[in-house]
Amino acid sequence: MPVLEGRELRIVGFLCNWCSYGGADTAGVARFEQPTDLRVIRVPCSGRIDPLFVAKAFMNGADGVLVSGCHPRDCHYAEGNFYARRRLEVFKNVISVLGIEPERFEYTWVSASEGQRWQEVVTKFTKQVHALGPMVSVPEVSLDRLAALEPAQS
Amino acid sequence: MLDQLKETIKKALPELDFVMGWGMGFDALHATPLFMYEPEDVDKLVWGPLNIQNLATYLPSLKGKKVGIVVKGCDSRSVAELLQEKLVNRDEVVIFGMACQGTVNLTKVREIVGNTGLVEDVKYENGKLTVTADGQPHEMLLKDVRADKCGYCRFPNAVISDHFVGEERAPQVEEDTFEDLKEFESQSFEERRDFWMKEMDRCLRCYACRNACPLCVCRDHCVAQSRDPHWVSQQDGIRDKFMFQIIHATHMAGRCTNCGECERACPVDIPVLLLKRSFNRAVKNTFAYDAGLDAGATPPLLAFKVNEDNIKEKEW
Ligand code: SF4
Ligand code: SF4
Ligand code: SF4
Repeated sequence: MPVLEGRELRIVGFLCNWCSYGGADTAGVARFEQPTDLRVIRVPCSGRIDPLFVAKAFMNGADGVLVSGCHPRDCHYAEGNFYARRRLEVFKNVISVLGIEPERFEYTWVSASEGQRWQEVVTKFTKQVHALGPMVSVPEVSLDRLAALEPAQS
Repeated sequence: MLDQLKETIKKALPELDFVMGWGMGFDALHATPLFMYEPEDVDKLVWGPLNIQNLATYLPSLKGKKVGIVVKGCDSRSVAELLQEKLVNRDEVVIFGMACQGTVNLTKVREIVGNTGLVEDVKYENGKLTVTADGQPHEMLLKDVRADKCGYCRFPNAVISDHFVGEERAPQVEEDTFEDLKEFESQSFEERRDFWMKEMDRCLRCYACRNACPLCVCRDHCVAQSRDPHWVSQQDGIRDKFMFQIIHATHMAGRCTNCGECERACPVDIPVLLLKRSFNRAVKNTFAYDAGLDAGATPPLLAFKVNEDNIKEKEW
């Protein structure tokens, strides 16, 4: 049963293998109730997350993107998340100029033992994205062609 | 002043493969890159508001040669950034700088003159530009047709140079307050999206913006064209074009020196600099850092601090 009633949105989560993926697993094993909008992509380290992954997810129709890694100082590779933090912070600062509400993107830290915390993060973020509703999708074709296609669809 | 610059270049020329500057192009309005090999070439050198192109773009491909380059303030920042990233060797480049009075945006001139296909004569003095086309003189204030970047220019003098000729000029402003971005952000998110959809719809995907950028140095290995990884497809829709602009801007984060070449080179006048400026502002606010000022500095995204000064730890 989804925690949030109504239509699911498309939320993409990039989780690092060592902490946050484990944290999400812990939450699952403990049977903590969570919204089901999030689709998880597991990556080796938050340092692997190129901000362009986030951009690409939005371009392809995500309504929200969540990135989660190990807490600072706890990175399995010692400093991956420190680099990630800088990149993601800068990216969070600029997406509003793209026309994407900054609340649609968050990055945070969850350790493998923090099942409870994972539940909170994912619930809060999902609510936040639901408050904004679905994103207007970026057309794959030109505006002219889109206009020509539209009457056929309705 | 120009004579003094020419003398300086002539003196340095024997030690160099060539020196890059600007010469008269196909007509009086269009200055074009000039490659000076012989002292006679140096006599063709021009300097003024039509020296628009940033010649630093050539430098990375000239590694191994010893070349001279004439720079405006903004161009010198590109050179500094290239040095910083070791894309250019310091002992292979000789930098000639003078104080810049600002350059012209040719699109704005075209709006006033109409067809600038073949301009017969151009004069500039006392802050005025007179362009004669089809026998018709058009007078305009330089500040009305100036490139936008010159309105908030903080570095009219070369930030790095081996030969600085003439007097330095006071900068236009002390701080860039990003008024253009603020204005853009006074719109709703929907309006912003619509704006980019319309602009990106016009994009030809010619990649002139990328090719003109002095710091876009991957060239043949650009992710926009690679099949593996396949970041953007061959489709002509907005999605891939927008994605490409986001790629360019993201790859410039902490490196873009705001030279405006990307926007200048765009044949359909898409304001692509706006996106890069939002990265510049983010980098400035977060790391108190401006790209291309110190050839010895490390770009902020290639470094970190365990306790960041301006990044708040997440509460949730
Ligand atoms: S930005 Fe500054 S240095 Fe560059 S062209 Fe304008 S006035 Fe000259
Ligand atoms: S992105 Fe544009 S403004 Fe920035 S360095 Fe490249 S050409 Fe210059
Ligand atoms: S120069 Fe302009 S038209 Fe060409 S790819 Fe860049 S934005 Fe698109």
